[in-house]
Amino acid sequence: MCTTCGCGQADLTLDGHPHTHGHEARPGRRRVSLEQSLLARNDALAAQNRQWLAQRGILALNLVSSPGSGKTTLLEQTILRLQGRIPMSVIEGDQQTSQDADRIRAAGAPALQINTGKGCHLDAHMVGHALEQLDPPAGSVVMIENVGNLVCPAAFDLGEAAKVVILSVTEGEDKPLKYPDLFAAAKLMLLNKVDLLPHVRFDVARCLGYAHRIRPDLEVLPLSAQTGQGFEAWLAWLQAARALAPRA
Amino acid sequence: MHELSLMEGMIEDLEAEAGKRGFARIHRIRLEVGRLSGVEVEALRFAFGPATEGSLAEGAELEILEIPATGTCQDCGAAVEIAARFEPCPACGEGFVIISGGTELRLKDLDVE
Ligand SMILES: Nc1nc2c(ncn2[C@@H]2O[C@H](COP(=O)(O)OP(=O)(O)O)[C@@H](O)[C@H]2O)c(=O)[nH]1
Ligand SMILES: [Mg+2]
Ligand SMILES: [Zn+2]
Ligand SMILES: [Zn+2]
Ligand SMILES: [Zn+2]
Ligand SMILES: [Zn+2]
Repeated sequence: MCTTCGCGQADLTLDGHPHTHGHEARPGRRRVSLEQSLLARNDALAAQNRQWLAQRGILALNLVSSPGSGKTTLLEQTILRLQGRIPMSVIEGDQQTSQDADRIRAAGAPALQINTGKGCHLDAHMVGHALEQLDPPAGSVVMIENVGNLVCPAAFDLGEAAKVVILSVTEGEDKPLKYPDLFAAAKLMLLNKVDLLPHVRFDVARCLGYAHRIRPDLEVLPLSAQTGQGFEAWLAWLQAARALAPRA
Repeated sequence: MHELSLMEGMIEDLEAEAGKRGFARIHRIRLEVGRLSGVEVEALRFAFGPATEGSLAEGAELEILEIPATGTCQDCGAAVEIAARFEPCPACGEGFVIISGGTELRLKDLDVE
């Protein structure tokens, strides 16, 4: 390969002279070395968010899943159960509509809707502005419902304390293998809609085996956001995470 | 999936770099993209045109250096190349591979004037 430009034509000569690319050795042209991650800007803003949250002792969780796995239902039920015990607010990310934020407000928590339009994930810049506007109280919990998508939310740090991946039993047990990046990035997996297990073909043990192949220390809690089954364990997890939330 | 927003963000960053480092045009951009970066090279190329339109990199050449996914097997210790994150070690057939390369998504350098 041509080491100058990697064009794969090292042997190419023109009238016996080595080839050039029109952009080499021209006066005024030079090479600038950068060696920086394309995610560097997002990561820097995420670090700012993380510090902002730590200064206020706020626990922020980034909820990631495919559309329809039950994120908003989970949040509604969590808010209802923690009413008067833990102040909680929600940042909702959807491409369109403010329906989810409306549902959260109806459940009794402050909510702010981010519409990403074509954007398929939330990024740290959006969340930074949302936090400022939402202005959650010190010591509270902020839930960030990411855009339903199992791919890119894995790459975009928002400044959260942890990512929580929600997988519902109607989605198929091989999701962890198909979307390993997201499961590798999560601290906790909520296996939702377990009320439907009698009606669907879903091998829980196999699913967990796949998930732990991707991330051996992934915590897993099975629950149903509809029936409330498994909620004690989830609320206890939340309380523990809140107690451990980073403080600056 | 988010290749267009990545390219748009990169161009915004480069517009800022241009002031700091004193260049006005970008003729070529070199990226390093790992196989496990979650980004599709073809989608990056596709997004590059629209993202650079009207910017200081309009018409620039995009060169992508693809980086294989490599790691070390936890069981047999072999240094191996893998195709996906969860894949068992190709040397011993079962070990878990600790990944050491292939997650890069890096802006390497630019040719500017
Ligand atoms: N059977 C059952 N349905 C659920 C459960 N959780 C959510 N759903 C339903 O799944 C659909 C999508 O839920 P939603 O919370 O909007 O998902 P989101 O897109 O992840 O926010 C709705 O019809 C919910 O009623 C559950 O635990 N069991
Ligand atoms: Mg929702
Ligand atoms: Zn060449
Ligand atoms: Zn995206
Ligand atoms: Zn801003
Ligand atoms: Zn091995």
